[in-house]
Amino acid sequence: MAQKIKVATIWLDGCSGCHMSFLDMDERLVELSEYMDVLYSPYVDQKEFPEGVDLTIVEGALSSDHDVEMIKTIRQNSKKILALGDCAITGNVSTMKNLYGTRAIMETGYGQNADHNESGEYPHLVVPKLLDRVHPLHEIVPVDYFVPGCPTPADAIYTVLKALIEGKEVNISQLTRFGK
Amino acid sequence: MIKQKVRVKTFQINGIDVTGRSDSTILEVAKEHDIHIPTLCYLEGLSCVGACRICLVEIKGSNKLIPACTGKIKEGMEVFTDTDRLHKHRKMILSMIFAERTHTCSVCVSNGHCELQDMSVELGMEHSQVPYLTNRFDIDASHERFVNDPNRCILCTRCVRVCDEVEGAHAWDLVDRGLDTRVIHDMDDPWVESESCTSCGKCVQVCPTGALSEKGVSATEMVKKKSLIVNLLEMRNRER
Ligand code: SF4
Ligand code: SF4
Ligand code: SF4
Ligand code: FES
Repeated sequence: MAQKIKVATIWLDGCSGCHMSFLDMDERLVELSEYMDVLYSPYVDQKEFPEGVDLTIVEGALSSDHDVEMIKTIRQNSKKILALGDCAITGNVSTMKNLYGTRAIMETGYGQNADHNESGEYPHLVVPKLLDRVHPLHEIVPVDYFVPGCPTPADAIYTVLKALIEGKEVNISQLTRFGK
Repeated sequence: MIKQKVRVKTFQINGIDVTGRSDSTILEVAKEHDIHIPTLCYLEGLSCVGACRICLVEIKGSNKLIPACTGKIKEGMEVFTDTDRLHKHRKMILSMIFAERTHTCSVCVSNGHCELQDMSVELGMEHSQVPYLTNRFDIDASHERFVNDPNRCILCTRCVRVCDEVEGAHAWDLVDRGLDTRVIHDMDDPWVESESCTSCGKCVQVCPTGALSEKGVSATEMVKKKSLIVNLLEMRNRER
């Protein structure tokens, strides 16, 4: 059999829903595992993002300096990037913050709505720094495939991955859409 | 009244010979011949304004693309509705419509019943080709039955036209320019205070997106009655 495709998956500013949808492929995961090796993912215990990845599946938008650092590493180390779900593609719910600005959100979250915050400060050590604007992936790095949905339905993920494995073309808009 | 003689013109759409009344638009003749052209701002029964540019078509011998909904037919013209060039431009136009406002489909009242969303499927537009602007507009929820969320508005002006042409109230109009353009009531008054609005709800039913919706519906629940206008006009004509 041909060599297995080396796959990574990651969620950035998403809710993990698209990764849940991935698991919802159920027994089809067994079939896919014959063609793919998952090197890095919330599903496996690997701390550093590896080199020489064939396909990285990214859920979530870019909201923090850490997200941007990760997507740049991912771009460098992956032949192809697949943006999975609306957050990765449009910014989705994460982007609604852009309407008010990061400061206003911090003030609401850690000021107005906080029961205890005597110092009145926002967390800024250890946790990543929020960007001024949330971005979909392709506003920062080139993205090869876009598979929208909130979350992307398992059937769409399966059909797209199967097509990639077999080197066939698919019309993604016939499988899923924004908000699906 | 002296009836004008009905003249017809013959021309081609996608290589097929077609005929239409001489005052028809390309879109009307295409529809009569079951040739599909994607549209957004067009709505049967209302006037045509060419606001969205999704219906652009190519005319042989001309470099300019013209909107099929406002473009009048000409004898012998050769129209193309389905070329690579058009697909490319339509995707870009749709990207710009999406990016101009903030369309968070997953939490939208119209999710699953939205003409803008449907257009992304029809045109195969699965990501925006231009950066999102995320300009914020205030929501007007002052009316007891309706909500106006300009963050989902595509400025198609269907609401303006239906209110003027069918309801006869002309409660809506456009204010400001370019990216800041909004639809407003009267002198930019809150909906509830509009003196010209009769609260008939026609604008809500014809709005292609989740910009105008009924109060109290939550995500995915806003299903609109698009055929309302055609039915209404038919009934009126019958009475006459
Ligand atoms: S109006 Fe349509 S495209 Fe915009 S958020 Fe709502 S469902 Fe999505
Ligand atoms: S409810 Fe009727 S009268 Fe009022 S703005 Fe809408 S179409 Fe016009
Ligand atoms: S509110 Fe709706 S009908 Fe009116 S211009 Fe905006 S999208 Fe069109
Ligand atoms: S449908 Fe023709 S310009 Fe909008």
